[in-house]
Amino acid sequence: MQNKLWKPAALLAPAMSAVFFLLVIPVGFIVVYSFWLRAPSGADIPAFQFGNFAKFFADLFYPSILFRTIRVSFETVALCLVMGYIPAYFFYRSKTKYKATLLLLIMLPFWISFIIRTMSWINILGDTGLINHFLVKLGILSNPLGMLYNEGSVLMGLIQYLLPFMILNIYVSLEGIDKSLLEAARSMGCTEWQAFREVTLPLSLPGVSAGSLLVFVLTAGTYLPPMILGGPGNEMIANLIFKRVIGTLDWPFGSAISVVLLSLLVVIVWTYNRYMGINQIFKSLQ
Amino acid sequence: MMKVSGWSLIRFYTILVYVFMFAPIAVVIVLSFNPEQFGCFPMKGVSLRWFFKLAQNEAILMAFKNSLILGSLTAVFSTTVGILAAMAFVRYDFPGKNTLNTLLLAPIMIPEVILGVALLLFIRWLQQPKTFALLVIGHVVLTLPYVLLIVQARLVGIKKDYEEAAKSLGANPFQTFIEVTLPLLTPAILAGMLFSFTISFDDITATLFWATAQNQTVPVKIFGMLRNSISPEINALGTVMIILTIGAPLLAGYLSRKFTRGD
Repeated sequence: MQNKLWKPAALLAPAMSAVFFLLVIPVGFIVVYSFWLRAPSGADIPAFQFGNFAKFFADLFYPSILFRTIRVSFETVALCLVMGYIPAYFFYRSKTKYKATLLLLIMLPFWISFIIRTMSWINILGDTGLINHFLVKLGILSNPLGMLYNEGSVLMGLIQYLLPFMILNIYVSLEGIDKSLLEAARSMGCTEWQAFREVTLPLSLPGVSAGSLLVFVLTAGTYLPPMILGGPGNEMIANLIFKRVIGTLDWPFGSAISVVLLSLLVVIVWTYNRYMGINQIFKSLQ
Repeated sequence: MMKVSGWSLIRFYTILVYVFMFAPIAVVIVLSFNPEQFGCFPMKGVSLRWFFKLAQNEAILMAFKNSLILGSLTAVFSTTVGILAAMAFVRYDFPGKNTLNTLLLAPIMIPEVILGVALLLFIRWLQQPKTFALLVIGHVVLTLPYVLLIVQARLVGIKKDYEEAAKSLGANPFQTFIEVTLPLLTPAILAGMLFSFTISFDDITATLFWATAQNQTVPVKIFGMLRNSISPEINALGTVMIILTIGAPLLAGYLSRKFTRGD
């Protein structure tokens, strides 16, 4: 047994040590730092106290940003579901010979930098952007409509970033459905709609939930769309972390906010794993 | 009749979703040819003015050089480490296999903000400066799970029989790997390298934590330029990035198909 184990152990050693030293230990450091104090001089003082967390929950300012993060994440999940299910169903049922190309296209945004996809909305929604240009030119508006720097524009950026994840997750789960089940339902007298409601929809729920979890987690941890497309009232929790760590260099408090975000995600992922199993997520990524 | 109209609604809806996904990107490309200094629309003609301006901008050329070196190093390291790990998972049985596999894929589920802060904090505790090496190791951690997924999927499809045949003909394990496994794995290796290069080349969220003024990448540079306002120059830079990260894999796919057909 000893003899057999050293080979996989040696093969795994580089990957495991990379993840251990560059991920597990550093994330442990975030937890440790979240209990530290920050001296007025800016130095970090090792300590074990809950002051950073007390500061976070002292008044409504920080909790309201946490609450907004959760709300925007749910909104993004809901919108991605509404916008993603039908295209996924289209890929599943369509007999077009361009199906592979269409699927490749939906994955194309993965290959375009997030910053470019985010800033591209300024060209569309801005005062001199595409939509305002046409509305003013057609005489519908006399002055450009302020469409940027609000929650709507942040959601546009988020959906464009996350929709492919949702579509692929749902599509993978639809493709796994045994088509003879549908034929059976139809032959027993179900209408197309009934067959969809009773057979296809329930069987696609694993993909729906896996996509929803992925979209939720990725939304809750992003700061770019609120920073580029949002106003001061649209900040999410990752923006707070960015500001504390890069802006004011307040490491202990920045760590404490990171711990709050991590806890939120651990609770969500743990609940999901309990009911659904986490491996569905990795299926679609292949 | 009812069925037909239902299906055409689904098709129409799908087309609208595609428009939503691609209109912003198309507009970036169109506007990068705008000769005007300010404003997006209306466009007054077509010019390559901003591309020429980019080519003369030392800071942007430097950022491109950084991004290319960073992406290449990340691709080499990440793919090497990923292949070794995938071999262990696919070719051997050992206790705790599933747990270890999930652990190695976990970085996909951890927000990049957390990865960014965590590594930066660690470096700070070690009292090391932010260097280019920090970007490389950070990007290896970011890309490793994706490489692992791709290579593992490919490796499962390669029958063990070939390797056993080589061994029974007298090849030692190292020879078997070099002569049999590695050639069969080449498409997965190329895909893994291409994927990790692109993720590294495009990454902004974590990179913004690790980069300094001296080792900016192109996305970090774009982020900095956005602080002023959106300009045709940023759109031109975006267009160059899009062409590079989409054109390269398409070209690679085309070449590999041509290559295999010629065989």
